[in-house]
Amino acid sequence: MRYIRPLSIEDAVGQLAGAAGPAAVLAGGSDLLVRMKGGFIEPELIVDIKAIAGLSEITETAEGFSIGAAVPCAVLGENAALGKAWPGVVEAAKLIGSKQVQGRCTIVGNLCNASPAADSVPALVAAGAKAVVAGPSGKRTIAVEAVPTGPGRTSLAKGEIIEAILLDKRAPHSGDAYQRFIPRTEMDIAVVSAGVNLTIDGQGIIKSARVALGAAAPTVLLVEEAAEVLIGRRPDEATLERLAKICSGACRPIDDKRGTIEFRRKVAGVLAKRVATTAYKRAGGK
Amino acid sequence: MAGVAVSTTINGDHVEYLCQPDETLLEVLRDRLGLTGAKEGCGTGDCGACSVIVDDRLVCSCLVLGAEAEGRQIETIEGMAHGDQLHPLQQKFLEHAALQCGVCTPGFLMAAKDLLAKNPSPTEEEIRFGLAGNLCRCTGYDKIVRAVQDAANVMKGA
Amino acid sequence: MNFDPRFSGRNFTSVGTRPIRPDGVDKVTGRARYGADFNMAGQLVGRILRSPHAHAVIKKIDTSKAEKLAGVKAVITAADLPDLTDGDAAMYDILDNCMARKKALYDGHAVAAVAAIDARTARQALKLIEVEYEVLPHVTDVDEAMKHSAPLINDAIFTEGLEEKPVKPSNVSKRTQYGHGDVHQGFAQADMIVERSFKTEQTHQGYIEPHACVASVNADGTAELWVCTQGHFVYRQHCAQLLGLEASKLRVTSSEIGGGFGGKTHVWAEPVALALSRKAGRPVKLVMTRDEVFRASGPTSATSIDVKIGAKKDGTITAAEATLRYSCGPYAGMWAEIGAMTAFACYKLENVKTVGYEVLVNRPKTAAYRAPSAPMAAFAVESAVDELAKEIGMDPVEFRIKNAAQEGTRASYGPVYGPIGIGPTLEAVKNHPHMKAPLKANQGRGMACGFWFNFGGQTCTDLNIGMDGSVSLAVGTVDVGGSRASLSLVAAEELGIDYSHVKAIVADTSSLGYNDMTDGSRGTFSSSMATISAARNAIKVLRERAAQMWDISVDDVAWEAGHAVAKGEKHGNLGKLSLKEIAAQSGKTGGPIAGHSELVADGAGVSFATHICDIEVDPETGSTRVIRYTVVQDAGKAVHPTYVEGQYQGGAAQGIGWALNEEYIYGKDGRLQNPGFLDYRIPVCSDLPMIDTQILEIPNPNHPYGVRGVGETSIVPPLAAIANAVSNAVGVRMTHIPMSPPRILAALEAEREG
Repeated sequence: MRYIRPLSIEDAVGQLAGAAGPAAVLAGGSDLLVRMKGGFIEPELIVDIKAIAGLSEITETAEGFSIGAAVPCAVLGENAALGKAWPGVVEAAKLIGSKQVQGRCTIVGNLCNASPAADSVPALVAAGAKAVVAGPSGKRTIAVEAVPTGPGRTSLAKGEIIEAILLDKRAPHSGDAYQRFIPRTEMDIAVVSAGVNLTIDGQGIIKSARVALGAAAPTVLLVEEAAEVLIGRRPDEATLERLAKICSGACRPIDDKRGTIEFRRKVAGVLAKRVATTAYKRAGGK
Repeated sequence: MAGVAVSTTINGDHVEYLCQPDETLLEVLRDRLGLTGAKEGCGTGDCGACSVIVDDRLVCSCLVLGAEAEGRQIETIEGMAHGDQLHPLQQKFLEHAALQCGVCTPGFLMAAKDLLAKNPSPTEEEIRFGLAGNLCRCTGYDKIVRAVQDAANVMKGA
Repeated sequence: MNFDPRFSGRNFTSVGTRPIRPDGVDKVTGRARYGADFNMAGQLVGRILRSPHAHAVIKKIDTSKAEKLAGVKAVITAADLPDLTDGDAAMYDILDNCMARKKALYDGHAVAAVAAIDARTARQALKLIEVEYEVLPHVTDVDEAMKHSAPLINDAIFTEGLEEKPVKPSNVSKRTQYGHGDVHQGFAQADMIVERSFKTEQTHQGYIEPHACVASVNADGTAELWVCTQGHFVYRQHCAQLLGLEASKLRVTSSEIGGGFGGKTHVWAEPVALALSRKAGRPVKLVMTRDEVFRASGPTSATSIDVKIGAKKDGTITAAEATLRYSCGPYAGMWAEIGAMTAFACYKLENVKTVGYEVLVNRPKTAAYRAPSAPMAAFAVESAVDELAKEIGMDPVEFRIKNAAQEGTRASYGPVYGPIGIGPTLEAVKNHPHMKAPLKANQGRGMACGFWFNFGGQTCTDLNIGMDGSVSLAVGTVDVGGSRASLSLVAAEELGIDYSHVKAIVADTSSLGYNDMTDGSRGTFSSSMATISAARNAIKVLRERAAQMWDISVDDVAWEAGHAVAKGEKHGNLGKLSLKEIAAQSGKTGGPIAGHSELVADGAGVSFATHICDIEVDPETGSTRVIRYTVVQDAGKAVHPTYVEGQYQGGAAQGIGWALNEEYIYGKDGRLQNPGFLDYRIPVCSDLPMIDTQILEIPNPNHPYGVRGVGETSIVPPLAAIANAVSNAVGVRMTHIPMSPPRILAALEAEREG
């Protein structure tokens, strides 16, 4: 086993591509070290990306925000501009783990761990976030929802790293929100979760919306039918009930130690209503 | 497996060690450096008993590699008191009996120190959520929360 | 000297105060040494290979590849341990649980172990051990295991306690029955009868410190064991017996203990560590991972309980009956029996009958967990009591007061009570402002009572007075939550000196006589009795020395407030001698001054508590929040009230976790799905409110200061109190613990659908 700390993304990509055995990217380590401890992964090479220039920064540009792959979630929470523009994404990132884990975990790690229950992912998908992928054959930008392909599996090829997550500049009268259900108040993995991102017009009518569900299927669900229910309407009771019904119906959950199929279906709808209401208020709707 | 040479600062002291690439900071602290104040309750970041502060961030040392400590500033429970002068949090934990078995106590103290550094006047709810990453099975947390509240008052007055 | 343990009312100087504990500074500075904090020169790392199967015959274990791995110093299987097959059955089971001999009986059952130069080599070696299993059908559910069609776990077990000896083996190891009167007649007199079935899932003590030990066996048969345990004398006895060592040659030192709650009263990995050390010829450190702690140590029983209670319209209970089925893991136990004994212990009943069934399942061996077996029985009984009160239209507190046991009541499990605290705790609850506080929408309030026997047992202490007048107190009961503070207070009280001059330690097994372990809430109860006795013996010596110094008869020397006082007119000019002054002269007056005590602390004094809690339920998700919680419990006499409160709060918190979220979840494959703190959900700080406490002091007549044990009773009422609160909040009777959100939501949906 080797541990390296490259200084450039090219070096990191080259090392990962050239590794003889299994290689792992280390940013916050809050998933990787647990998997190593449990004997689920024995990497031949660990590539610590925290010394790579720019990867530990959040940058605001004319197009929006770029969040480096090594930025801990705690730092997302401390960035006032990001929190103002994308409160749903930030509140999702802040839900991952404890204070201790917050100081280490990253949204890119959360995405690449490819757990169906990853907290930041539904919020990122609802936000229309993109991932910048660096690999042996250059860079490409893909939608966040294109990254996970199944529990623990991603579309990334050998040698590829996500170096940043991109969020658009915020349109006026927009809001996003994320909520998950957990049995305790902290420290649990989402049993089911929902993220909503929307924009309203001057009359409070929803112009555009994206609705995503977590822990409801093998990968994050972008529920377009749910968004269509919201678009052109206000979140009145009837609309919210329809939203809940569609979200419950869109779920393809499993029974496991964290919840039952029936519970996940029902609560997915409940959470969708609640986050849609919050997102609408954040957009300035009344 | 090739050892990694690490040069770091622990409780203000310059420390150098050689560790394996998969060795955690917790293992390094306990098994190589004899700093056994941080405890392994789970090894998966779920209990907080191994909490230390790295560059002003509270972390579980079981979720940090020893190799990552290179060039960092690390604070552990062993560095919390100044000589024979206990930190106000340590003193208040004693006065309030905020410990029974005491195995979670070093982790709680590090977490509480980090909490008060970032929020000197926390509400009860902020204390409870701020310490949610530290499990205690003995106290029901009541006396821990009171000790942190009392320490916060003392530290503000100081 | 004869020791009189009877209660005598007195005014206390030290007892009842709240000083800082003597082991406190070590614990807030990280210096206290727990099980894994100790190392020996040349020590190896021990690791255990565990069965992935719930039930399987071990056909063959090939350790040759592991033995050949560089750095491996010993590999053992059951073949390296004494074969106790034809010996004591209980000892056989203990050893079989430490290392499976013929069959793996649960997911996580140890099958082999290695000692190697480091953890990496040890882990590698485990992978090289080849075990050939013949997988058998398994059963993990308590009710399923009782069916005739269930896979048989041990074909040598025939149900004990039946009128006719069964001809076929069974997973039910024993049937027990308690009670008196005639329940049929009693139910015939009832105006209202409530009959319900309940289930509780298996929970773990959840101590934060995993089991850890360092074992060192020498070629001459002497050995040392450093270990986190609730009873190092018991561990010594068991380890010596299991491995064929002489007990006095095995010195066991108890480390600081990071929680036990009953789970560290049983040996698990310690005999394995000793066996590895013996084979390797080097010290071996063995620390369990959290995964191992959950899979292979200490859970409590899962239960299935039927309760039937009948009452007259005026609220008098006419009959009460319960059938209790408790899982024991794969070995015979006595857990249902304890449940059957405690179930109705709070009440004064003419007609009562309880029947317990001990049920073998393919789960880890059931271990004691804080008032073991009582919380589940209380959940079932107190739920039914609440429902019955509602049926006859009586306030639940008044209903309980009307039927509460009193001094002179014959307990449902046999004995007649002395002065007890169930009535006073109920009266205190009735008058508590918590009972009158308003509730908001979706909130419900519940209350419930709990009982625990408490235990005394064999106890031994040494009290040595230094030449500077300071006192060292060596006790043999492990300090699990502040008992060194309370015992120092007792020594200071009895001697009449300041608490700061007493230093209490827990002595190792070679330095003190045998002590039972810290269980049954006995730490402070029994060791304080022995400390008082030892102090009185020391006072006798102090008086003799003072008499010598004054050259008068010892009969003329009294001991008052830390001083020898010469009595009688003729000694009026002698003044008094302090303990310090007498100690300073001890070298010239006969040598060191000490007091010893060896006794069986009888008369532990039963304990009762009543809890109140308010719960808020989210009707759309089944999510719950504990809004307010109050514990009222009898302590007899609170020696260190802050640590008594701590016991009340800690027990309540564990009960809250058990009631709402904690449970062992097994897959269809018989494997534990949640062996970690991520998915075995113990309460976190933000889950709980402050836990209010009210200490009642109804003196125990069998203790000089009136002390009763306080550690365990606080976990008995919460399951029921919370179930009653949730049931009141949602309007549906909850009968399955834990009341996790999916269970609550399912119950609500079922109710909505009618």
